[in-house]
Amino acid sequence: MTDRLESREKVTGEARYAAEYPVEGVAYAAAVQAGVGRGEVVSVGTDEASRLPGVLAVLSCENAPRLNGVDDGELALFQSRKVSYRGQFVAAVVAETLETAREAARLVRVDYRSEPPDVRLGADRPDLYEPGSVNPGFPADTGKGDPDGAFARSAVRVDATYTTPAEHNNPMEPHATIALWDEDGTLTLYDSNQGSSIVQTTLAKVFGLDKDRVRVVAPHVGGGFGAKGTPRPNAVLAAMAARAAGRPVKFAVPRQQMFATTGYRTPTIQRVRLGADADGRLNAILHDAIGQTSVVREFAEQTATPTRVMYRAEHRRTSHRLVRLNVPTPSWMRAPGETPGMFALESAMDELAVAAGIDPVELRVRNDTDRDPESGVPFSSRNLVACLREGAGRFGWAARDPEPGVRRQGRRLLGTGVAAATYPAYMQPNRATARAEPDGTFTVRIAAADIGTGARTALTLIAAEALKADLDRVRVEIGDSAFPRASVAGGSAGTSSWGTAVVRACEALLGRMNGTVPPGGLEASADTGDEVKGREEYARHAFGAQFADVEVDVDTGEVRVRRMLGVFAAGRIINPKTARSQFIGGMTMGLGMALLEESVMDAEFGDYLTRDLAQYHVPACADVRDIDAVWVEESDPHLNPMGTKGIGEIGIVGAAAAVANAVHHATGVRVRDLPITPSRLLPEL
Amino acid sequence: MRPFAYERATSVEDALARHGDGALYLGGGTNLVDLMRLGVEEPSRLVDVTHLPYDQIQLKPDGGLVIGATVSNSDLAADRTVREGHPVLAQAVLAGASGQIRNLATVGGNLLQRTRCSYFQDASKPCNKRDPGSGCPAREGEHHNLAILGHSEACVATHPSDMAVALAALDAEVQVQGRAGERSIPFEDFHRLPGGEPQRDTTLAPGELVTAVEVPPLEMPSRYRKVRERASFAFALVSIAAALRVEDGRVEDVRIALGGVAHKPWRARRAEDALRGAPATEESFLRAAEAELDTAEPLRDNAYKVPLARNLIVRTLIELGEGT
Repeated sequence: MTDRLESREKVTGEARYAAEYPVEGVAYAAAVQAGVGRGEVVSVGTDEASRLPGVLAVLSCENAPRLNGVDDGELALFQSRKVSYRGQFVAAVVAETLETAREAARLVRVDYRSEPPDVRLGADRPDLYEPGSVNPGFPADTGKGDPDGAFARSAVRVDATYTTPAEHNNPMEPHATIALWDEDGTLTLYDSNQGSSIVQTTLAKVFGLDKDRVRVVAPHVGGGFGAKGTPRPNAVLAAMAARAAGRPVKFAVPRQQMFATTGYRTPTIQRVRLGADADGRLNAILHDAIGQTSVVREFAEQTATPTRVMYRAEHRRTSHRLVRLNVPTPSWMRAPGETPGMFALESAMDELAVAAGIDPVELRVRNDTDRDPESGVPFSSRNLVACLREGAGRFGWAARDPEPGVRRQGRRLLGTGVAAATYPAYMQPNRATARAEPDGTFTVRIAAADIGTGARTALTLIAAEALKADLDRVRVEIGDSAFPRASVAGGSAGTSSWGTAVVRACEALLGRMNGTVPPGGLEASADTGDEVKGREEYARHAFGAQFADVEVDVDTGEVRVRRMLGVFAAGRIINPKTARSQFIGGMTMGLGMALLEESVMDAEFGDYLTRDLAQYHVPACADVRDIDAVWVEESDPHLNPMGTKGIGEIGIVGAAAAVANAVHHATGVRVRDLPITPSRLLPEL
Repeated sequence: MRPFAYERATSVEDALARHGDGALYLGGGTNLVDLMRLGVEEPSRLVDVTHLPYDQIQLKPDGGLVIGATVSNSDLAADRTVREGHPVLAQAVLAGASGQIRNLATVGGNLLQRTRCSYFQDASKPCNKRDPGSGCPAREGEHHNLAILGHSEACVATHPSDMAVALAALDAEVQVQGRAGERSIPFEDFHRLPGGEPQRDTTLAPGELVTAVEVPPLEMPSRYRKVRERASFAFALVSIAAALRVEDGRVEDVRIALGGVAHKPWRARRAEDALRGAPATEESFLRAAEAELDTAEPLRDNAYKVPLARNLIVRTLIELGEGT
């Protein structure tokens, strides 16, 4: 139980976030968003804006410098006249003050030649296509046996379609950048991101610079959830604006503009078919997922991939189809793929449990497997059953009457639900250095990111253990691309990936120390590229079980979650205190997914109407009554030197299904379209 | 944000004198400043009226209240006379916004807060309320949380205030001061239905300043209930302010107002008329609710509000009748 090491700096406001660096002579940027959903910019009228005192520059497709193309078309800022979606940045103003910049941005007159935007996602679209692969590189489709035939022949069948809406990451700290160009052409970015090395490489490419001429600084990041996993247009805009103005420029994306420009979880349409024998043993699993992407960039959410590893069944199929629409590009959002995918699969498992008359916990236990059901590769460890059993015991599951819609407390219907969770245990190559200082302390450096997860604390614990040193003698420095190159804080891979490099650097340092430290200190470094490549073949995944207890008001259809419990098997837990926060944070976000979160597409104009936190509802304190997370001890030798699997994302996986299953248990109503709002539930009660 | 002047009024006469030429009065600013940032409101000048001497709640000898326009929502909800004599009002205020916003928001400003319709708040789109004659995309677009009663072709927006719903049920009167002098506006006449002029939320004349709200005594049990997806800090899908007096099993007096269903806090007169003198039973309550909602004209995606409002009326009256 270690307190977050930077907690004092954070609560006293000493910890600096991207937009907070005191930079002399800084100017401010404000962006202009496209007012049409599809078309071309005919002209950009800047006279009125330019006349405003304090305006330093107006940038648009008519005068922006040429940038180098990179994989992500969202970064090709002002490089063409094409408007791909409503809200896309089409111009920007730089001014002496933020107020002037915003007012001038309002005065920029953009004329368009426009066409009606194509924004409707549907399972019936003729232009659905199979992507070459899905995030982060899996095949779009997989199959084994004769799933359609086996499903048709199964004694018990579930065939249901589930939908999840677009959902937006809403980190407390918006996407923000301060950009400074030195006289020698070096670019420094104070930028809110999940990986300074990645931002460094990408921005260097965009601006045609040697990588060493870009420095990205991000020691504290106020949340990301995946939205800051890739550089976003804000970083490019700030850098471009700073060059145009000849001054440092600050650009923090206003909350309203984040909804179009910083990524979101694609809406999904998922058909799940489960075929089982009378005892609930699965014979056929089919999961067909549809999502959307933009015309700017392909992002293929891996929605059906968790179904590939969850349950034993001879006959199986998963597929992904996409459609390109005039919408902002979807991106990573906490457990992309697993989160919507497991909502569908685990809802279908609950429907199967009801159809077969089998307890939902028992049904999942019955379909457990010790090998990856598709590849036959053994799991490095898989403690799903332990999580289900431990959770059922703690939650008081044994007393549960399976009959839906019969428990009442006054005007409220009560119900409980369960869902399983899984998330891959990824590992990325990384580099780190460890220094022994003459004063007996150690400094470890790696360009890792702490986006509020407690990564800094976990890495310090890992380093101290590897160095066999007390915690207060070890300093871990992160969040700077000047430090050894690190992978992104994403995929729940940070602690495992960075930690391995830290351990190897510390081991190398200890190997060189011989008891004495020279006056200049002693440094060792590590690169885990070969180690990651050379790992044995195992299916490596974390597992979990989510339990929820809900009440539903019969007069209003309001759902409140009385109690939630998550039990996780995620390898070794480095720091129980911050780990618990990660788990319950994920579960809270899952509660929001189940009941609240929904970005509403305006079919006429083609943008998301929900543009602030008054309209886009995330859980508030009053929604979170009693959430607890625990874990089962797991010692897995096939992971990494720490024995960790990663915990950032598994907390959200399965949480929405557990709530939805509890709502069904409470009411007898199966809501297959998230979120479960009074408007959807009340008419069915 | 367009540049604007900021001035602080020293007296009501001073405030009135400073109004005009695109000026707006500024209370707590919890809605107006947001709308300025969004480019929805573009005043040339803000006349801050929060320092005017209207920050008292007076209890009148008959049990009625005079609530000054600059009383904060927090102070109103915390006031002992309000909590004891007019619990529905305290409950409604506490159901709104967040603690931080209630600390800043004022009674006068609360009455004048503007709709949260997405199209109204997005200056890049048409909206008859913001830009008369430009059209109403909400009618065919997103209206899941918009009006089912009293709307027009021009506008389907709802009034967002909780406090105002309670005041509508309480037969309050709004005291205003204009250049022509003082006047008192019955609460039901204060907010408008949209008709062909949705840009006008209220019947205030240009420059008129709200100075107080008068609330007559309430001698029956009352309560406020608000339905929302999130347990706090969300606007109502539907809300109800109700008061009921039952004698010998019959409805002696009743007040019902609904929020989240119309362009103004909706006084349910038809339901009240159906109930006065009727037996205080679930059946009567249901008939009364249905009488009120017979006139509802739900849009494509908000028909759920009809059974929701019906259930709320019935359940709230049952609970008031039972004294639970």
